[in-house]
Amino acid sequence: MSSLWDSVGDAGRLPERVLWGAAASVTLGDLVHGSSLGGRLGELRGRSVLVATSDQLTAALALIELDGIARRLVLCPPDLPSEHVPFVKTAAAVDALVSDWDAPESGSEGIGSFVRCSPRLTPATSKRDEQHETEWILLTSGTTGQPKLVVHTLLSLTAAIRGGRTSATPTVWSTFYDIRRYGGLQIFLRALLGGGSLVLSSLQESMGDFLIRAGAHGVTHISGTPSHWRRALMSPSAHRISPQYVRLSGEIADQAILNHLRGFYPQARIVHAFASTEAGVAFDVGDGLAGFPASLIGEKSVGIEMKVEDGSLRIRSARTAERYLGSHGETLADRDGFVDTGDMVELRADRYYFVGRRGGIINVGGLKVHPEEVEAVINGHPKVRMSLVRTRKNAITGALVVADVVLKAEPDSGAGPPAALEREILQLCHQALPRHKVPAAITFVPDLTVAASGKVVRHRA
Amino acid sequence: MSVRLSVISQVEQVAKEQKKKLAPLSDDLVLLDSGLDSLCFAIIVARLEDALGIDPFSTAEDAGFPVTLGDLIRFYEEAGK
Repeated sequence: MSSLWDSVGDAGRLPERVLWGAAASVTLGDLVHGSSLGGRLGELRGRSVLVATSDQLTAALALIELDGIARRLVLCPPDLPSEHVPFVKTAAAVDALVSDWDAPESGSEGIGSFVRCSPRLTPATSKRDEQHETEWILLTSGTTGQPKLVVHTLLSLTAAIRGGRTSATPTVWSTFYDIRRYGGLQIFLRALLGGGSLVLSSLQESMGDFLIRAGAHGVTHISGTPSHWRRALMSPSAHRISPQYVRLSGEIADQAILNHLRGFYPQARIVHAFASTEAGVAFDVGDGLAGFPASLIGEKSVGIEMKVEDGSLRIRSARTAERYLGSHGETLADRDGFVDTGDMVELRADRYYFVGRRGGIINVGGLKVHPEEVEAVINGHPKVRMSLVRTRKNAITGALVVADVVLKAEPDSGAGPPAALEREILQLCHQALPRHKVPAAITFVPDLTVAASGKVVRHRA
Repeated sequence: MSVRLSVISQVEQVAKEQKKKLAPLSDDLVLLDSGLDSLCFAIIVARLEDALGIDPFSTAEDAGFPVTLGDLIRFYEEAGK
C-alpha cells in the first residue's frame, strides 16, 4: 500500500489543510515540499526509530515523513516513565531517536543517530525512496510494570478508515487524546486520509484553553474518552465548540454521558466506538444508546468478526495488531486469530452492555462486582458528573464496594445537604443493582484523577 | 455519641437500608439470629470504622469474634480504649 506521505498528498486540498499544535502550526501544502527533520531523512532509512517528542505537532510531522522510510516507528507516549525506556529500546531494537529536544536526554544514550525534529520546515533535500512497509509500534501501559509494545502497520491502523467518503465540506478534527495513543492516532489518520485538518491537544494546556482554541479553528469532529468528555462538560468553555460529530472511545460510554452530550451539543451526531490498541477499531454505535446491538456479534459482512466467549468480547479483523514485541511469548491473538479484549459484556434483551474489565472485578463475599456497572448507575443521577467505584478491604466479606462521586457544579443551588443526596444515590443503586453491588459508603470528592490516557485512574487493590 | 449508641444506631440503620427485619435488640441477642447477614455486618464494620476510627475485626489478633450484640459492643469499646 502507499505510504502515509503519499496518502496525504492524494487526499488533496493541501494548502488549505492545517495541523495546529498549541504553539505552532503547519499547512500540509508546506509540509509536502519541506522536511521537519532538517533534511536528514536519509539517515533514518531502514532504521528502528523511537519518536519521542514533547510536542504532538513535531511527532505528527515526523510520523508523516518517516512512514515508508523507517523500518519501524516506535511512538513514545508523553508519560512513559524513563525507567521503561531501556526496555522499549531493547525490545524494539531501536537504533535512532527523533525528538524535538535540543540534545538527547539522559537515558537515551547509545541509541545511535539522534535527529532533531522541528515545526520550522526546511526544504526537502533527499529524494524519498520508500522501501519499507513500516511497522508502527504503540505502547500500552500494562496495569503494572513494563509497557506492552504492540505492532501495527499503516494498513491495520487505517483499515477502519479507508473506503470512507472524503467529506465535501472541510472537516476539522480534534481530539483530547494524545496522537501517540491508539485513540488519538486514529483521529490523526482520519484527518490526514479524509482530507481534513486537525487541532492537536497539549499537556501544557488547560481543558478550557484547549476548547477555546479548538473552537477558534472551527472544529467539526472531536473525539475523547467519556472521562475527557465529562471534564469538558464541566468547563465553562464547553460551549466554545459546536461540533457536528462527537466521538467517544477508550472507556465505557454509559447512558448518562451520551444523554449529557446530546443535550449539550444538540446539532452533533454522538457516536461511541469500541476500539483497543490490540484489537483495533471494532465498531461504531450511533443510535445514542449505551452498549451495542446483539446483531453485531457473529456478523461477517463488515470485515470484522466478533464473538463472546467466557463473558468477554473477542475480535478478529484486518484491523487488529500483529503481535507484541519483547513479550516473552505472550500472544496477542488466539490460534483462530481472535483477540480477547478482556472487556466483559452482558446480554440484556437484544443488546450487549459493557460491564467492566476482566481484571477489575471486586469480590464481595464471593460475589463479583464490576466497578463500571455501578458507576453507570451512579452517573445516571442528575446531579452526578462522574464517579469511581473501588474496593474497600473488609474483615467480614473480604471487600466492599465504595464510591467516590464528583457532583456537577450547580451555580443556582446550594448543592443541598450531602446526606440527602447520598440517600438518593443509594436508593437509585438499590433499585438497579443487587445488594452486594450497592456502595457501602459514598464520598463526595471535588475531582477524580484522569490519566494521560484519558481514562480514570483505577487503583487495583 | 457513646460507642454503645454508635453500634446500635448503625445496626438499626443498616437493617433499615438493607430491608432486613431486625430481632429485638438486647445484649444477649446472638448476632447470627439478629436478622442481619454477612453483607450487613460488613457494611456495619465499615461505617463504624468511619465513625469511630477503629476496626477491631482487622486489628484484634487473639480476641475471638463477637457472638452476641453485647460482645460486639464490648469489642468496639475495648478496641477504642
